[in-house]
Amino acid sequence: MSKMTLKTEGDRHVVVTRKFAASPEAVYRAHTDTKLIQKWMLGPDGWTMPVCINEAKPGGKIRFEWADGKGNGFYLTGEYVSLEPYSRIVHVERMHLPEPTPDNHVETRFDADGTGTLMTMRMTLPDEKTRAAMLATGMEHGMEASYVKLEGLIQAEAAKNASA
Amino acid sequence: MENLDAAFGALADPTRRAILARLALGEATVMELVKPFELTQPAISQHLKVLENAGLITRRVDGTKRPCRLADSSIAEIDQWLEKLRKALAKNYDRLDEILAEIGPKKGSRKR
Repeated sequence: MSKMTLKTEGDRHVVVTRKFAASPEAVYRAHTDTKLIQKWMLGPDGWTMPVCINEAKPGGKIRFEWADGKGNGFYLTGEYVSLEPYSRIVHVERMHLPEPTPDNHVETRFDADGTGTLMTMRMTLPDEKTRAAMLATGMEHGMEASYVKLEGLIQAEAAKNASA
Repeated sequence: MENLDAAFGALADPTRRAILARLALGEATVMELVKPFELTQPAISQHLKVLENAGLITRRVDGTKRPCRLADSSIAEIDQWLEKLRKALAKNYDRLDEILAEIGPKKGSRKR
């Protein structure tokens, strides 16, 4: 079941869509209620959100902290720009890895779709240069995984040579 | 083995990673890279040589220009990262499905 789409658009956008079998009001609430956010916005298995500050009002603060229970963690901060119950949320966010990533301007829409909801999340980076920086950050993380794979290859090769 | 060493060395430099990120947006000539990075042409050329030797970029001949682009293996790395983001979000929304089911089906059908 692939209900979600994620694609880059133009020079500055990333757009995500997803359908839910619930009313726009329920999906909107799950995006703005602190206790509910803490239950689902967790990323990969094994991660939790021990800190969730979420002031769902214009100018309200956002701070999500994630941890994997093994000493690894990172956090996100942001501010709400505007909220239109139960159809639209606009906020700004940045990741801290721990260096802050460039501001990401996010518009999340909740549109009735039959008996369910179509959510559309549109991320906008300030300019092309900033998106290039985001790609660089992303690549760095992707490449970390590749480094580990390469290390495995090198070790296997070394072991083979040693036993030859 | 030489190629692996070259790739490690090439990726260790932040400017070279930034050049790769720029090339992720599309092909570019040396002159097109000089401006945004505020480096001299020889400095950019040197970085490009390292990236090319490591197999991370390829260059083609176009008259007097030699535009650079990401090698297929580098493009795969970016796709991999987008795939990670996609997986993390998909996981989140699958969890949200369960929570929405718990909250109750419809506004009209409240618990008695």
